[in-house]
Amino acid sequence: MANTSKTFAPPNQNQYEKQEPTKHITNVGTTGRVISLLGGAALAYNGWARKNSPLGKGLTAAGTYLVLRGVSGFCPVSKALQIDTAHADSGGFEITTSVTILKPRNEVYQFWRQLENLPKFMEYLEEVKQTDARRSHWVAKVPKNIVNKEKLTAIAWDAEILQEEKDSRIAWRSLPNSEVQNSGEVRFTDAPANRGTVVQATIGYHPPLGAAGQLAAKLLNPAFEELVKQDLRRFKRLLEAGEIPTIIGQPSGRKDENY
Amino acid sequence: MSTESVPDPTILNPRDAIVRVFLSSVCGSDLHLLGGYIPAMRAGDIIGHEFMGEIIEVGPEVKKLKKGDRVVVCSVLACGGCEFCQREEYSLCDNSNAEPEWTEKAYGYPVAGIFGYSHALGGYAGSHAEYTRIPFADNTCFKVPDGVSNESALFTSDAFPTGYMAADFAGIEPGDTVVVWGAGGVGLMAMHSAWLLGAGRVIAIDQYPYRLEQARTRANAEVLNFREVDVLQALKEMTGGRGPDRCIDCVGMEANSTGIEKIYDYAKQYARLQNDRPAVLRQAIMACRKGGTVSVIGVYGGFIDKFPMGAAMNKGLTFRMGQQFGQRYIPKLLDIVAKGEVDPAYLLTHKLSLDMGQEGYMMFKEKTNNNMRSVFAPAG
Repeated sequence: MANTSKTFAPPNQNQYEKQEPTKHITNVGTTGRVISLLGGAALAYNGWARKNSPLGKGLTAAGTYLVLRGVSGFCPVSKALQIDTAHADSGGFEITTSVTILKPRNEVYQFWRQLENLPKFMEYLEEVKQTDARRSHWVAKVPKNIVNKEKLTAIAWDAEILQEEKDSRIAWRSLPNSEVQNSGEVRFTDAPANRGTVVQATIGYHPPLGAAGQLAAKLLNPAFEELVKQDLRRFKRLLEAGEIPTIIGQPSGRKDENY
Repeated sequence: MSTESVPDPTILNPRDAIVRVFLSSVCGSDLHLLGGYIPAMRAGDIIGHEFMGEIIEVGPEVKKLKKGDRVVVCSVLACGGCEFCQREEYSLCDNSNAEPEWTEKAYGYPVAGIFGYSHALGGYAGSHAEYTRIPFADNTCFKVPDGVSNESALFTSDAFPTGYMAADFAGIEPGDTVVVWGAGGVGLMAMHSAWLLGAGRVIAIDQYPYRLEQARTRANAEVLNFREVDVLQALKEMTGGRGPDRCIDCVGMEANSTGIEKIYDYAKQYARLQNDRPAVLRQAIMACRKGGTVSVIGVYGGFIDKFPMGAAMNKGLTFRMGQQFGQRYIPKLLDIVAKGEVDPAYLLTHKLSLDMGQEGYMMFKEKTNNNMRSVFAPAG
């Protein structure tokens, strides 16, 4: 996987459209949000630092959930989409990463475009349902131990496809007013010499909570980068191998772990 | 190391199968794990990667296998769908390592999963057990032909294909002189394979007389004991001053050597200033004739020191190396075994129960009781 944060196409100025600041509906108090955010960032960072073990992945998952909960909506700053560029330099970050998959481009595109497939390889998605041709309903996966302990409820939001070019590009963002804002763009190109399809994903985030949010973003940047890379790797594995290899659930001499 | 009771494995993915293990061998590469030279081991890991047995359960996407099939299991896992599997470079599989982050960080890109071979190679539970889960079972299991015994089939899991690949990678031309460092299971299989691939002469190097005796009697090799002779001088003399054409390292990262080089490498490895003791690799490079090939199948994990790059470059050597592409070779080797051209069963010197794990590895490591391979037979 290549990490090519500077290689995606420059923005098309004609598509530029300044967004009104999004008003979030929050259901977590401000203090709770900040604690959740910082705690979640620390947890996710800790998990990322130990990411080679399933335990680390679990920590990252739990931390990511808390951060999502804490910021109650990342503002996307995807330059590729030209959404909300006013925030681009205020502590947000953007991740671009790519993977090559040995499958025909139309097949790879179709699998992604069928949004219901996304939870099969995106670790933190529980479910995506297409509600009409452009709109979809997304539900995040919530680690059960966290839910029980913190009495948290599911995170869900609606998204719309902004741009789509068959077999080459999909861009989406969550709708304004969503509790969680999620946006991204995926490009599909032919790898040279019939070596499959290059899938390049760009995901942007902007934490809206001032200094705390920026600190969290700084802590989380490597974790999120890792999450995006891992999701793409899982996508590749699902398409090439037909399944995602795992050791979770196998026996070992460790009595307290399930791998 | 200890023997413990753990739950039986279950099918976790659609392409999985469960094998009841008949025979599971120790391997020299296990010693790197047990010696602490591969950093991704965790307490409680189940080791063992060279094995055969019987299919007792298959997942819904397994097409070629059924319950009751007697199979030998390749130590290396391969998805079959990625670019590298398509090139038959199975140990480079993009997808079979369940914990790819380790080798992606250490080597730049992740490599294939291997049974019981640390979390860097996927963290898969190994075969020193009564039952083992087999990912990508259709690609990993090979039916044993009728008439081939369990003992003869066992080593087509790893030792034979690994040795065969070493000889294949050496690029042997008819009449070539082939030198094999290490007369253990893999080394002996590399010697047999060198003959199969047209060698004119095979020379074995080791320090244990009983292993050199196996090389001489079973694999028809001329032998050199590096404790007794100056290897470089001897090889030069044996080849009329020209040098051997193809040099195969079947030893890897824990090579034994003599004199100041031994002290230097042990000290640096002990202090973790170098991961690996590359004495054999250095010697192979120095011994090899101009324009010859050095084929490396002994395992290395990290960095090495005092690598004679000048000799390699100025002599125009070719290097080939890698973990075995087992799936490429196993069907052919089962055929060779079925025809009786090579019978690797002689490697099995000690058949033991799983409870004898420690003793089995101790004999193998300390080279006592003329041990070639300890093999565990869970069912007796």
